[in-house]
Amino acid sequence: MTPLIEAAGLTKHFDVRAGGFLRRHSIPLRAVEDVALRINAGETLGLVGESGCGKSTLGRLLIRLIPATTGNIIFDGADITRLNPGELREKRRSMQIIFQDPFGALNPRMTVENIIAEPLLIHGARRNAETRQQVAAMLELVGLPARVRERFPHEFSGGQRQRIGIARALVLRPKFVVCDEPVSALDVSVQAQIVNLLQDLQGELGLTYLFIAHDLGVVKHISTRVAVMYLGKIVELADKATLYASPLHPYAQALIAAVPAAHPAQRSRGRRQRLAGDIPSALHPPSGCRFHTRCPHVMEICRTVEPRITEPAAGHAVACHLTG
Amino acid sequence: MPLLEVANLTTAFGTSRGEITAVEDVSFTLDEGEILGIVGESGSGKSVTALTIMGLLPQPPARIAGGSIRFAGDELTRLSDTRMQRIRGPGIAMVFQEPMTSLNPVFTIGEQVMETIRAHERLSQRALYARSLEMLEKVGIPSAARRMTDYPHQLSGGQRQRVMLAIALACRPRLLIADEPTTALDVTIQAQILDLMMDLRDEFGMAIIVITHNMGVVAETADRVLVMYAGRIVEEAPVAALFDHPLHPYTRGLLECVPSLDQDHERLVAIPGTLPDPARRPKGCRFTPRCRYAVPACTAGLPPLTDFDAGHAAACIRVAELT
Repeated sequence: MTPLIEAAGLTKHFDVRAGGFLRRHSIPLRAVEDVALRINAGETLGLVGESGCGKSTLGRLLIRLIPATTGNIIFDGADITRLNPGELREKRRSMQIIFQDPFGALNPRMTVENIIAEPLLIHGARRNAETRQQVAAMLELVGLPARVRERFPHEFSGGQRQRIGIARALVLRPKFVVCDEPVSALDVSVQAQIVNLLQDLQGELGLTYLFIAHDLGVVKHISTRVAVMYLGKIVELADKATLYASPLHPYAQALIAAVPAAHPAQRSRGRRQRLAGDIPSALHPPSGCRFHTRCPHVMEICRTVEPRITEPAAGHAVACHLTG
Repeated sequence: MPLLEVANLTTAFGTSRGEITAVEDVSFTLDEGEILGIVGESGSGKSVTALTIMGLLPQPPARIAGGSIRFAGDELTRLSDTRMQRIRGPGIAMVFQEPMTSLNPVFTIGEQVMETIRAHERLSQRALYARSLEMLEKVGIPSAARRMTDYPHQLSGGQRQRVMLAIALACRPRLLIADEPTTALDVTIQAQILDLMMDLRDEFGMAIIVITHNMGVVAETADRVLVMYAGRIVEEAPVAALFDHPLHPYTRGLLECVPSLDQDHERLVAIPGTLPDPARRPKGCRFTPRCRYAVPACTAGLPPLTDFDAGHAAACIRVAELT
């Protein structure tokens, strides 16, 4: 297993303004805090967590759509946090992103052909027969008929728009694609089409995915390994079978237990422990373990000392005082 | 007598492309204390069904083109606006998907709960306050007394949905309609809210209609289920029967295409194609273009909703051959 991406000490703080007119100051929103992560070539790493946990920010950091506050990211042999703009642009060909909202991610004034060709043109291609040929090949790859080239995004359904978004992301033949909630805005009967398409394309083009989602079923289906995030931290990471069958972190356990039953005979009400309370604000994360305010197994040490990441079994990492 | 009896309900909208029917020939009943799940995707007509029952659709452009809605002895389609207002609240209450836009940002939580009660009952200010506080405590708002003076933006999404439930339940409705009540919420919060709704049903004995696109929410909550597609009911069943023996190919597709936690699939079984445009619906059975069992006869006419088992009906001409 060769790592395609390796991040260490990755941290992102956003400055948020606070205070009144005279006492204005800024406080850091700790979106991602000291994350270490390796993604192997050809695998799909699933990233799950609830809204505001920093999973989308982490995805954007890894392809340097936004700069990190600290930390470094080795992508395909080079530290992309230190590249100059020219070198970064060259690397960008190999790192792409698919967004959640196929309605907002496509320019409504551009034809499908221009939307898909734009990344090629930015990277030096000309508007010629070869470019048009590449666009046609991408359309075929994502299962859209060639005749849609001259149409505009509003003429398509959500699923078709997401196919256009995928074609645009893949036209530069990237190695690594961040899929940021790519199916959560789609109707359920269409979601499976897009999940299947992403899997087929991964096999055909040898892609590596970071698959960000809050739907634990979809993540389990598509991923090789799965990471669980809570308030800017990765709290557990393991291969998917291990993570879903025997999660160690109480948050991962609660997350999996909260998934609605697949059959009314497995109704969870009253049988499973529920997490109390809400996710705390990333502006003022709790001291010690960030999960201690909601954890059913909280101990004294959890309130003050942040748990380190340990590996109780090979390839199974967890940050919890219960196991560490 | 059932609490709610909807018969042959058809709701149409006038659009620039002519009149389209969002809900067509929908019939069902609901008993006191029963939880009915209505499942469907966008354009299925599930939300329009709810809004028609609530009398909340602006007419025009909407129009009840046919059918009846009987609630606790009243024919709702013929009630005046003032009479309907008296039903909303103590009779039927509703919670919506987006708790942020359903709350008024310039009034405190307490004022909004009290306003609802004040509209229907004559109570002293002190009694109003006490009842509102009690409702906020019932729905599990921590330090409810302090929250009474908070504004909606000071609450998280899950807390706002609890406040919406408190407002909906403030007048002890006999029927609660919850339209995608947990879709905007995270999974751990969703589980809390679904538990809460069922606890409240047990305590108050109200009937609930849960509208959702999520089969898991149905599995967790419903006693009985309606499956809607392109404006029509395609299947109706007790919840266990629906999951054990789905009859309509669309229902089967919906159950198969969602990856579950306890099974591993190489590939998902996708339903091909997209949902039909309501202005250009296919002839005959509306699922035909996406159905793997479709035969030429399927386009001949709309298949009637036919009983195949006790309380289990489906609108598909091929059910007998396929099961």
